[in-house]
Amino acid sequence: MKTRSMTAAIVAGAVASAVTSLSVATPANAQAKEKCYGVSLKGKNDCKAGAGTTCAGTSTVDYQGNAWTLVPAGTCVTMELPDGRKGSLTELDRDLPKA
Amino acid sequence: MRFDPPGSAVAALEAFAPALLEGERDLPDGIIGPDGKPSPRRFNVYRNNVVVSLVEAVMDSYPAVLKLLGEDYFKAVARLFVINNPPKSPVLIWYGAAFAEFLESFPPLAAYGYLPDVARLEWAWLEAYHAADAAPLQPQTLASVPGDLLAGLKIAPHPSCRWLQSPWPVVSLLAVNRFESGEVVDLAEAQEVLVTRPDLDVEVRLMRPGCACLLEALSAGCSLSEAGERAAQSVQEDVFQFDMCLSDLLAAGALAAFDPEEAAAGFLSGGSNGIPD
Amino acid sequence: MSFSSSMQRRRPSGIGARTGVGLKGEHVAEILETRPDIGFFEVHAENYMGAGGVPHRQLEAIRCEYPVSLHGVGLSIGAIGVLDEAHLARLKSLNERYEPGLFSEHLAWSTHDTTYFNDLLPVPYDEETLARVCDHIDRVQDVIGRRMLLENPSTYVAFWQSTMSETDFLKEIVRRTGCGLLLDVNNVHVSCTNQQVSARDYLAAFPVEAVGEIHLGGHAPDLDDEGRPLLIDAHDRSVDDAVWLLFEEALLLCGPQPTLIEWDNDVPAWPVLLSEAEAADQIVQRAELRGEQRRAV
Repeated sequence: MKTRSMTAAIVAGAVASAVTSLSVATPANAQAKEKCYGVSLKGKNDCKAGAGTTCAGTSTVDYQGNAWTLVPAGTCVTMELPDGRKGSLTELDRDLPKA
Repeated sequence: MRFDPPGSAVAALEAFAPALLEGERDLPDGIIGPDGKPSPRRFNVYRNNVVVSLVEAVMDSYPAVLKLLGEDYFKAVARLFVINNPPKSPVLIWYGAAFAEFLESFPPLAAYGYLPDVARLEWAWLEAYHAADAAPLQPQTLASVPGDLLAGLKIAPHPSCRWLQSPWPVVSLLAVNRFESGEVVDLAEAQEVLVTRPDLDVEVRLMRPGCACLLEALSAGCSLSEAGERAAQSVQEDVFQFDMCLSDLLAAGALAAFDPEEAAAGFLSGGSNGIPD
Repeated sequence: MSFSSSMQRRRPSGIGARTGVGLKGEHVAEILETRPDIGFFEVHAENYMGAGGVPHRQLEAIRCEYPVSLHGVGLSIGAIGVLDEAHLARLKSLNERYEPGLFSEHLAWSTHDTTYFNDLLPVPYDEETLARVCDHIDRVQDVIGRRMLLENPSTYVAFWQSTMSETDFLKEIVRRTGCGLLLDVNNVHVSCTNQQVSARDYLAAFPVEAVGEIHLGGHAPDLDDEGRPLLIDAHDRSVDDAVWLLFEEALLLCGPQPTLIEWDNDVPAWPVLLSEAEAADQIVQRAELRGEQRRAV
């Protein structure tokens, strides 16, 4: 690969061009966003206990190597299923472990 | 490692801890109900709290992966992740960084090659969300640097700035599965992503070819000219647009502000100590 | 930033005998807009241990207008090993940054070896554990440089190894360390139901003179292996009637206290949470009035 030399003139030109192409310094709605204090994620450290689900945490999933019996049931599409199938998959009727 | 006689209070906690993550394990000795008898269902409240709360913590960090997998599947995978990679810190903000790698090494998901990169992008989003507050570099600041100093100028990425080069259309997958965009995803498309948080809101953008390499070089302490050279070499002939990349980075708030007077005095130039830590 | 200057002007710190609520991000904009008359906001320290961004911006804005109580959920004071000094340093820095009116943690453990379990796990009540917990509290108070409040736990099991009651255990901790107590009345109801002892007797034996804050919250009913009631400290609903009654009894014993409504799961709209806090506040104000009348006699 040939070396592309970035001379001082090229860098200065790129900066000048970049700077002049930007008429607005910060995102235009930054002020408005500040008012509502941003999108708020749920705090992850809680001191709540899982309600009325004393068995949920204990269900076990038999996963050994490829013995996983579940198939994604969301918007996932597979790239290379053995049978060449593509597109959205439907949920298999299995005993799903609840986490 | 400490050794205590069986039945001591310390031994009780030593046995309590591992039983929390291993559902098959017997109830630890000494854990009793009000009648003095062992009570598995009572102990299971703790098992449940631990596993479910950690699964929820992972789930909250990866909403697009959740949508892609469906809730039942996600929870089952996250449960395995939690049991094999429990948190090492009480600060759960940072829990789940290894989830992308876990998905990558999880054989049943081998046919969904894009999932780990979607997870990586969501982790980058979270890192940007919690990153240190800092002023982004303003174009006029850069414009005020004398032209002869620009080539040697060192500019650090903004503390919130993250980038990802993926062979998958990760931005589109994120847009569709997290931000409810209706765009059509072409799984054959590779995408380079820029994640920034110039103020409070995290912004996700596609990057032009070579731009990720430019950021990589800048973060490694390269001067503008060195970084530009690396970026130009990283992509095919003449695809790299230095000015447009810089313009995009400035518009996204991807670069950290610096003191223009220091720059003018050469403190931020390639010949000096470079970027202050 | 524009409101960092206004931050300097206010910052009420003292938390009196008023009611507060646990701060939730989704309520912040409404709170700042409506400025409800509420005693304080409590936050879980660990949720503010990121470097910057929305959580800190929100808390700074709240802190300008209201006193704040800092409630740690991850220090693992009851753990076998030494305290996590890095975590203690983070707590110290949050204390310095937000100058909370109250600082509290739990009589529980959550870290073992290097694993963090994200639950408030129970400790046996014996001499060895007592000595260790006291050492840890001494260390916390030394590093943070203030008196901490220790919260009584919700428990689902007991330990065969326990040699004393929870109230005697707490009493001895207070005597040895000088720490205060956070009396979680819902936890009293949950634990006493689960352990099949009288909550009234528990309160009567509680070292009430050390109480510096009260918690109220909702719990979920379940059953144990034998079909006995097993209450879960879920913080997912309004305060139970039995807990309101117990709260009034607690106030008779320890006088009016800063009181917090905890609602962490299925968090309701702000007005619902506010009205729960107002209900608690009326009870606290009545207790205050009783105290004044008693003093006047």
